[in-house]
Order: sequence, then structure tokens, then C-alpha cells
Amino acid sequence: MTDTVIEISGVSKSYGGVVANHNISLKVPSGGITGLIGPNGSGKTTLFNSIVGYHPIDEGSIKFKGEEISSYRVPQIARLGLLRTFQQTRIYSNMNCIDNMLISIPHRKLGFADMFKNRGDKETMEEVDRLLDFVGLYEKRRLISGDLSFGQQKLLEFAMALMNRPEVLLLDEPTAGINPTLINGLIDRLRRANEELGITLFVIEHNMRVIMNMAQSIYCLAHGELLAHGTPDEVQNDQRVIDAYLGAH
Amino acid sequence: MESFNPKLHLPILIFGVAAPFVIPGVTIQIAVLWVMVLFALTWDIMGGQMGYNSLGNILFFGSGMYISALVQISMFANVSEYTASSGAVDFTYTNSEYFWGLGWGILAAGIGSALLAASLGWTLFGLRGPYFAIGTLGIALTAGELMGTWEWVGAGGGLAMPVYPGSADGKSLMFYFMCFFAAIGTYLFCSWLYSTRFGLAINAIRDDEQKAEAMGIHTLRYKTIAWSVSAFFLGISGALFGNMTGFVEPLEVAFPVATFGIFMVAMSLLGGKGTLWGPILGAVLFHILKEFTWTYFLGWQWVALGVLIIVNVVFFQQGIMGWLMEKFPERFGIIVDKKETAK
Repeated sequence: MTDTVIEISGVSKSYGGVVANHNISLKVPSGGITGLIGPNGSGKTTLFNSIVGYHPIDEGSIKFKGEEISSYRVPQIARLGLLRTFQQTRIYSNMNCIDNMLISIPHRKLGFADMFKNRGDKETMEEVDRLLDFVGLYEKRRLISGDLSFGQQKLLEFAMALMNRPEVLLLDEPTAGINPTLINGLIDRLRRANEELGITLFVIEHNMRVIMNMAQSIYCLAHGELLAHGTPDEVQNDQRVIDAYLGAH
Repeated sequence: MESFNPKLHLPILIFGVAAPFVIPGVTIQIAVLWVMVLFALTWDIMGGQMGYNSLGNILFFGSGMYISALVQISMFANVSEYTASSGAVDFTYTNSEYFWGLGWGILAAGIGSALLAASLGWTLFGLRGPYFAIGTLGIALTAGELMGTWEWVGAGGGLAMPVYPGSADGKSLMFYFMCFFAAIGTYLFCSWLYSTRFGLAINAIRDDEQKAEAMGIHTLRYKTIAWSVSAFFLGISGALFGNMTGFVEPLEVAFPVATFGIFMVAMSLLGGKGTLWGPILGAVLFHILKEFTWTYFLGWQWVALGVLIIVNVVFFQQGIMGWLMEKFPERFGIIVDKKETAK
């Protein structure tokens, strides 16, 4: 039986009178790829924000490897090995790609003296080169990252997340805004990160072709509530999902 | 860390060492220039490199001055008697007493100011943007007013520093070199600091603090250390400046918010914040202009400085170094993909 790495139980979150998440419970198995789908405004990003500590939840429990994390702050959760990427790419656009990677080293492993070490030792630089090569940005490594195209910035953000060696990576619409010709390459890299590096992926995605091919299990939200859960085939054929989301997709 | 560049560093070193002997009439003015360089460099750790624009860094200059004075006095005299006498009683320090007191006073000024920054940081770093700026300004203003009401430290009348046991020229020369080495030390420390992971982390906080937190960076720890480092050097400069002028007064000498407090920001902006050499360049130009206008346009000096600041922030926000980096990026090791930027 697969271990559960993220366990969400009865989570609710409201903004004023707007209920963004209501009584949501789900489990993300360790080592797999889990999808999260739903129409715009269904509460997917709110749930991600709750998991990584961007705001306190109103009710419920969020556990990471059995540890209650719902009261933890963002950097504390990140240092546990639970990381996220953003819908709108977030990179340090004034720095070059190498510095973006160097700042993304796993900070949970840094002691006080490590903070004052040289930016990149030989081992770290090799890791930077390897990961930039992995996402196809090695040739552009010395460019200011703000000069990269949007798709390349997404890839850089993904490489930065890998540099942090997370156990679980929450990806918020990784293919949004990416040229269709680059999407297959990105899917391949996500799969390899999962299989070769052992990183559990929890992915919000609107591109049904991508998520149905990639994920082993999918949760669907609608109006802030959990609508359905199952394998890609089960979810695709669930009449509630078709009515609320896929029919209109 | 920046390696030794004979074309750049050597002329500065030669000037720094030779100036008090070649142009002894302006020894104090050049000593103040080195203090200005230190001001700009330390302000830029927070404002330029980390994106936290403090308007109250002068607090640590003043705290260093008072801490140093109190340590120097209390080692060999009773502080209450010393301040209550207002100079009426002769407190003569021997050479040994003076220099031991000065050494411990400077050290305590640096450490005490750093600890003050660390303790204030826990509350002030909850503020962002203009709220942080105003919060720090408020604390610096409050510190000046509080010291002005505290009789034990001389209140509004201030207190005289222990008298240097030697000639006036000897005193000028000694404090000149102490200010010079303090500025050089601050420059070397900043140069090293910015070459480490720490430098990269504070740049990340400046560029996108939320992202930095999402990557697990302990932002509060970095911010607290950065401010403490800044306060350490400012505290030392306060101790040196207080001893050099020989008198500590709360509003005009120790916590001059409207002059030195603003100058350190203006100098960094003029030279180009977020760069190592920008604040130094800004401090030199600003100080020269200040001394020039004070000498030849007395009465109009504040207008001239005001115009400079307005031109800087309205038309030239990136400062001199920022402009140079934009104009000649390749000379600063910046690679721009013209194909991408042309899209």
C-alpha cells in the first residue's frame, strides 16, 4: 500500500462571505502524480495556498508525512520539503539563471556558517548545470532571467524547484501560457522528475490531455467543494464532472 | 569577493593615507567623508541589497555614540557625577585609561548597536515598504527625544567625551585614520558579504520576498542579520564621530535624522543603490557638493542639496552606477540576450 504524503481533512476557507473551500478531504500518495482539476474559481489555488501556509485555514487539518502543518508559516513548510510553483511565474528576474538556481538550494540543510559560504561550490555548480541542462536552459544560463520567454521562465522556475530537492512539489498550471510545441517536453520532464528523482507531484492543470496522461489519480473541485475523485478514466466519465467542468471545457 | 585592483584601489589607498599630511587643513572634513562612505555602504545593505528602505539607520550611529561615551566614562568615573558636573569637575584620564576606554567603547558601540538592531528587527520586520520606512524614522526620532530627557546621560545638554590626552593635531590624525580604516573595513566586509550565499539571499528578498519564503529562505533571520551588520558598523562610526567632535548632544550630533539620517539615503541613491561602488561614489560626490555649497553658497546649501535629490529621484532613479550598468552591461559581466529582448 502506498504511503500518504499529504492528508487534508475537512479543510474550509472563506474570504469574507465567499466560501473558497468547504470541507475538503483528500490524500496525495507518496511517489505518484496526483491531479487537481476544476473550473475557474473552484478553489484549487486556494487549497494550494492553504497547504503551503499562505493563509490560515478556517477549519480542518493538513498533514505532511503525518505532521500537522496547518499552523506553520510558508518557509517552515518549504523547509520540510513541500514546495510549490506559481500560476504566474515567480523568478528573480534581475538575476541570471545561475543565480536563480543558486538561491534555490535546499535551505533546510543550511546551518548558520553555511549562510556565509561562497555562492557556488563545485558540487553545487555541477548540480546547477545538470538541472539547467535537464530543462533545456543550459545555453542560456548566464542570461538575465527576465529576458527569457515566458515558457523558458516556467522551465527555470521548475528547475529552481528541483534544485531545492523537495519531497513534494505542488505545480499550479505548469503548462499555462506555454507554446504547444514545448508542452510535450515539459510533460516528459515532469514525469522524469517524478520517476528519476522520486518527487511526488500534485498538479493543478486545465489542459485535460496533459493531466489525464500524466496523473495516476485525480481530484475534481467545483464551487469550493470536492466533486469527484478517481483514476483519470473514472473522473473523465463521471457525469458530475462532465456537467460541472468537462462539458463546458 | 572583489579582488585587489591596483588601478582602482591603489589611488584610493594612497589618497587616504597621504591626505592628512598633504592637505592637513581639511583632515576633519576628509575624516567625515570616510564616515559618509560608511553611512552609504551600511544603508545600502538594507535599502539597496535587501530592498528595506530604512529612514532611521541614524539610530545606530547615535546609540553607538552614547554606548561608547558611557563605557569610556564609566570605566574610570561615576557617570552620574560626570554628567551632573557639566564639565565643572576635572575628570582627567591618563593615556592608558583613555585608550583602554576608547577601545572598549568602540567595541561596545558596535556590539550594542547590533544587538539593538536585532531586537528592533523582530517587531519592525513585520512592516513592509513605506510602513517600514516610517516605522524606522519614528524610532530614530523617538530615540533622540528620549535621550534628551534622560538626566543620567546629560539630557538635552549632552555630555562631553573624555578628553584626548595629547595635542589637537594628534587627535585629528588618530581619528582621521580610525574613520578611514572603519570605511575600508566596511567596504571589505560588504564586498565579502555580497559574494556569499547571504548576499544572494538578501537580493532574493529584495526581488521577491514571497518567492524567497516559498523556497524556504528564513527571511526574518537574514533581515535581522543584515540590519545588525549595518548597525554594527554604524555604531562604530558613532563612537568615532563622538570622540572626534568631543561632545555628544542628542538631536544635532547623535541622532541628526534630518541631516546625516537623510544624507545616507541620498548618497546611496545618487551613486546607485544595490551596487557595491554606487554608495561610495554617491558619498564622495555628495560630500564634495555639500562642502562646496557650505563654503561658497552659504544660505543656499540646502536648496542645492534639495535640487540634487529631486533631480536624482525624478530623472535618475537608478543612480550613477545603475545608469552605467544599463548603458554598458557587458562591462559589469551582465549578458543580455538581444534576440530575446528585441521580441
